[in-house]
Amino acid sequence: MPAVSKGDGMRGLAVFISDIRNCKSKEAEIKRINKELANIRSKFKGDKALDGYSKKKYVCKLLFIFLLGHDIDFGHMEAVNLLSSNRYTEKQIGYLFISVLVNSNSELIRLINNAIKNDLASRNPTFMGLALHCIANVGSREMAEAFAGEIPKILVAGDTMDSAKQSAALCLLRLYRTSPHLVPTGDWASRVVHLLNDQHLGVVTAATSLITTLAQKNPEEFKTSVSLAVSRLSRIVTSASTDLQDYTYYFVPAPWLSVKLLRLLQCYPPPEDPAVRGRLTECLETILNKAQEPPKSKKVQHSNAKNAVLFEAISLIIHHDSEPNLLVRACNQLGQFLQHRETNLRYLALESMCALASSEFSHEAVKTHIETVIAALKTERDVSVRQRAVDLLYAMCDRSNAQQIVAEMLSYLETADYSIREEIVLKVAILAEKYAVDYTWYVDTILNLIRVAGDYVSEEVWYRVIQIVINRDDVQGYAAKTVFESLQAPACHENLVKVGGYILGEFGNLIAGDPRSSPLVQFNLLHSKFHLCSVPTRALLLSTYIKFVNLFPEVKPTIQDVLRSDSQLRNADAELQQRAVEYLRLSTVASTDILATVLEEMPPFPERESSILAKLKKKKGPGTVMGLEEGKRERGPDINGGPEPAPASATSTPSPSADLLGLGAVPPAPAGPPPSSGGLLVDVFSDSPSAVAPLAPGSEDNFARFVCKNNGVLFENQLLQIGLKSEFRQNLGRMFIFYGNKTSTQFLNFTPTLICSDDLQATEPADQARGSDSGRGRAGAAGCQHRVCVGLHRSTSSQHPVQVWRNLSECVRQVAHHTQQVFPAHRNGLPGLLSALEAAEQSPAGGAEHFQGKASNGHRNHQSQDYWVWFRAPGRGRSESCQFCGSRDHPHQNHADRVLVALGAEPPGSDVPAHAADEQGDRLPEAVCAAVGAVLAPRLLAQPLSAQLQARQPASSLRVDGMAQCEDRG
Amino acid sequence: MQFMLLFSRQGKLRLQKWYVPLSDKEKKKITRELVQTVLARKPKMCSFLEWRDLKIVYKRYASLYFCCAIEDQDNELITLEIIHRYVELLDKYFGSVCELDIIFNFEKAYFILDEFLLGGEVQETSKKNVLKAIEQADLLQEFQEVLGVSRNPSPDTLSHVMNILMSQCTK
Repeated sequence: MPAVSKGDGMRGLAVFISDIRNCKSKEAEIKRINKELANIRSKFKGDKALDGYSKKKYVCKLLFIFLLGHDIDFGHMEAVNLLSSNRYTEKQIGYLFISVLVNSNSELIRLINNAIKNDLASRNPTFMGLALHCIANVGSREMAEAFAGEIPKILVAGDTMDSAKQSAALCLLRLYRTSPHLVPTGDWASRVVHLLNDQHLGVVTAATSLITTLAQKNPEEFKTSVSLAVSRLSRIVTSASTDLQDYTYYFVPAPWLSVKLLRLLQCYPPPEDPAVRGRLTECLETILNKAQEPPKSKKVQHSNAKNAVLFEAISLIIHHDSEPNLLVRACNQLGQFLQHRETNLRYLALESMCALASSEFSHEAVKTHIETVIAALKTERDVSVRQRAVDLLYAMCDRSNAQQIVAEMLSYLETADYSIREEIVLKVAILAEKYAVDYTWYVDTILNLIRVAGDYVSEEVWYRVIQIVINRDDVQGYAAKTVFESLQAPACHENLVKVGGYILGEFGNLIAGDPRSSPLVQFNLLHSKFHLCSVPTRALLLSTYIKFVNLFPEVKPTIQDVLRSDSQLRNADAELQQRAVEYLRLSTVASTDILATVLEEMPPFPERESSILAKLKKKKGPGTVMGLEEGKRERGPDINGGPEPAPASATSTPSPSADLLGLGAVPPAPAGPPPSSGGLLVDVFSDSPSAVAPLAPGSEDNFARFVCKNNGVLFENQLLQIGLKSEFRQNLGRMFIFYGNKTSTQFLNFTPTLICSDDLQATEPADQARGSDSGRGRAGAAGCQHRVCVGLHRSTSSQHPVQVWRNLSECVRQVAHHTQQVFPAHRNGLPGLLSALEAAEQSPAGGAEHFQGKASNGHRNHQSQDYWVWFRAPGRGRSESCQFCGSRDHPHQNHADRVLVALGAEPPGSDVPAHAADEQGDRLPEAVCAAVGAVLAPRLLAQPLSAQLQARQPASSLRVDGMAQCEDRG
Repeated sequence: MQFMLLFSRQGKLRLQKWYVPLSDKEKKKITRELVQTVLARKPKMCSFLEWRDLKIVYKRYASLYFCCAIEDQDNELITLEIIHRYVELLDKYFGSVCELDIIFNFEKAYFILDEFLLGGEVQETSKKNVLKAIEQADLLQEFQEVLGVSRNPSPDTLSHVMNILMSQCTK
C-alpha cells in the first residue's frame, strides 16, 4: 500500500515538512516556521471562510509545528470546528489536535465535550471510536465529569460493537486513573467482570486491563474475576498455537492477554476454591513446562513473548508465595536464564530472583547461584545488569554468605560506575552491620568503604559506625587502633578524619599506652589533617581536642596553644571561633572534676532502625527494599537484630530519644503525640480527639521567628492556628496566645490548660484565670480567640547549639532587664543548668561547684526534648552593676555571663561577634530561646557537639553541616 | 505505560504519546533526558533500564528508537513486543516503513497507535483488526471523495456509505 493511496494527500503539508527538513540551521527552521505561522494566522483571521480541507491542512501544520517543539497559541478553535465536520479525515485531524494540545480553556472544553457527545450518540461506529479515543487520550477531569456516567453504559450495552467496547473499557480506565472519585463503580461492575468470558479476545484484553486497575482499589467488588480469569488463562495456555488465529503472536497464544490475566490474579491471594486453585497451579506448571520445550521459532519475538508470560507467571508464584514446589522450579528456570546469551533475559532473571530471594521457600535455592551472580558483577558489560546483580547479592545475603558477598561488593566498588556507587556503599554498610558476627570485621569493612569510596559514604554511614562503636565496648579498643592506623595514610578521606577524630576523642585512651600512639602522637596525627578539612570536620576535631584535654592532661598545654592561636580564636567562621573560645576557657577554668563530668564518654545510643536502611529505601523508592527486609525478617532472627526494629518503626513510631542516625529517618515530625505530651501544644491536641496531630514541619521555623519578633504564628495546621502576641514594658511582660479554629465546625471540649510550676506566678492571676475559664466556654467557637498569659517554646529547635547558646546569652541578658526568673518547667524536673544558675545567683563563688553537681544530673534527665518556659516580669529593674562580679562595666550582661561562668567559660572579649551585641531594646520573646539554650547548655560542651545534639534531638532537620549555618546575631 | 517516544538517531523526536498528564515543560525535560540516556547506550546492552521510578524499555529499528516508559509492576518483555507489534503495524500500513513515512504521515502514525494502544494499555493485539480499523477509515475517505459527498451530507447518506464500507471490511 503506497503512502499516496492513504492520502488525503495534503500537499501543502508535505511541502511544508520538506521545507523544514531542508532547513540548514535552527535559525532557518525557526524563520520558516514563523512565516508559516503568520500565514496560517492570516488565513484563520481572514474574511473568507475556509473550507474544511484548508482548515484541516492548517490545523495539521500547526500540530506538526507543535510536535517539533514550538509553542502554539492559536488554532484551537479551528480544530474544535473540525470536530463537527462530517468528513472523516477532518474530524480525525481535529481530534488528534485536541488530544495533543488540550487547553484548559473552559469555553473550548465545553465545545469539545459537546462534539464528543454528538459523536458518541451518532450511529457511526468510526466516529464513536474517534470520540472514545479522544476521551482516553485527554482524560481530563472535565471529561471524567462529562462522560463517567455514559461510558460504562456503552461498555456493557448488548448492542455495542466489539471495537467500541474495547475503546470504552480503556477510556473508563483512563478516567478512573485520573479522577477515581468521579468514576464510582456501579452495577456495571459485575457485567464488566463477565467481559472476561467474551468471545472476542480484543474485548477480553481491554476489559482485563480495566478490571485489574479497578480490582486493586476495590478487591471485594471484583472478586469473581479470579475464577473467570483462571479459566480464561487455562484455555489460552492449553490451546494449540493456531487456535487463537490472529491473537497468536509468533506461535505464542495471546501473550498480551495472558500477561494481563496473570497480572490481574496478582491483585488477589491464592484462590480459596480448591478447584480454581488446582486449575491455576496447572496453568502455572504448564507455563513452566513450556519454557523447557524447544522453541517453535528462532525469532526473538517468539522467545520474548513466551518469556514475558513466564516472567509474569513467576511474579504470580512469588506473589502467592505458597507453593514451594513452584517457587523452586521458578528459581531453577531463572537460574538457567542467568547464563543466557540474551542480555535482556539475564537482566530480568536477576531482577526476578531478587523477589524470590525474599521467600522462605526459595531463598536457599537462590543462594546456590551466588557464584554466577558474582561472575555477572564482574563480567557484565552493561551497568544496568551489574546493578541488578548488586541488588540480587544484597537480597540473597544472609549470615552464611555475608562475608563473601561484602568482600565481593567491596572489590567491585573500586571499579563500579559512579552512578551506582552510593547505593553499593549503603548496601555494604547495611550488610556489614546486619550480619557482623565479629565487630572488628564490621569496623574494618566500613573503614575500607571510606578508603575505597569515601566520597560516596554518606553521613548516615559514618554516624552508624560511631554509634555502633560507642554501643559496644568490645570493639572500642580495636576501633581506636584501626582508625589510628588508617589515619597514618598520607592521604585519607575527610570522612575518615571525622570517624577517626570522633573515635579517638572517645577512646583514644585505650591505645595511649602504646608509645607509638601516645596522646601527643594521636593529637599531632589528627592535627596534621586539620587544615585540609572543611569547617564541620574542623569543628568536630576541636571537640576531639577538648576531649583530649580531659583524657590526657599531659597534652593540655599543646591543645590550649592550638586553641589560642589566631587561626582558631579569631577564625572567620563563627562556629569555629565559638568553639575555640569556649573550649579554651573551659580547659582553663574548669577543675578536672568538672571536665570529667562535662566531657564524659558518650552514653550508648538507643537502638533504632538503621537510618542507612531508611536512606536506601528512600533511594530505591518504597516497596522494593522494604519488602526485602520484611521478607528476611520472617525467615528468622537476624544475628544482630538485637532489639530488632519493627518494620513499622521505620516510618511511624518516633523514638522518644532520637539517635544519631535518626537523621535519615523519613518523617521529620513525630507521628504520634510527641514524647513529653505534657506540653501545652500537645495538650491542646489531645483534647480534640480527631487531631492528635504532630507539630507541623514548619513549626520550627515559626519558633525561630520569635527570636526577633514579638508576634507571630506559633503553630498552624489544617485545624488550628496558634498565635503568640507579646508586649513588654519596663519590667512587665505579657503574652497572649490565640487559638484560631480553622475548621468550619466547632471544637468540642476545647480546653487550654495552663501549667504553672510552683515557683511561677502569673502577674495577673485573676486575669489569667478569667482567660482560661472563658476559654472553656468560648474557645470552641469557630474563629474565637483565646488569651492565656503564658510564654512557651518547644525546644526541638533545629538550631545548632552555638546558635542557641548565642541566643541564650543574649536572651538572658534581656531577661535580666525584665524578668525575675527563667524557669524551664519540665515534666521530669528542672534541668540542672538553671538550678545551677539560681545557685550561682545566690552564691557567686559556689556556682561552679553547684553546677557540677547539677550538670551531670541534668545530663541524665535530658531524655526528652520538650521544655516550656514560663516567665513573669515583676520586680527587678535594670541593675547598675553586674550582679555576679559587681563590675559596672557590663551591667546588663550579668546573667548571660553567669551562665557562661557556670559552665566554666569566660565571658568572651568584645571582639567575639557572638557577644558583641548590646541591648537592642526590650525584645523579650528571646527569652523563649533562652529556654532552649538553658536546656541545651549543660550538654553543650560535651563533645562532639553536633553528635550530642543529634543524639538527643528528635530526627528533625539537624545535620552536621547544619553547623555551618549558625549566623552571627551580633 | 506512561508514555511512548519515537526518536531518531540524531535525537529528533518523531512521535510522542503521553498517557499521564504532564506539563509541556516536564515533557520536554523528560524527552531530552531520555533521548540522551538511550542514545548513549551501546548496541549490545539490554533493552531495559531504570529511570527515575519508572522502567524504560527501548528498541532500535533502523534509524529510529522506540522507547516506552512503564511502571514498576509492568512486564518488560511484553512491552518490547508492544513496540515490535507497533512497528509491524506501521510496516504493514506504509509498506516497509521508514523514518520518512513517519515524518510525512505523522498523523497516520498517531492514528495507528491509537487503534493499538489506548490510555497506555493494549487495546487490540490482532494485527488484522487494527489494520482493518485504519483501512476502514481510509476507505471511508476515498468513498467520500469518489462519491463526491457534498460538504454537508445528511447523516443518512453518510451512514449509508458507512454501511457499504462496513460490509466491505467484514468480508
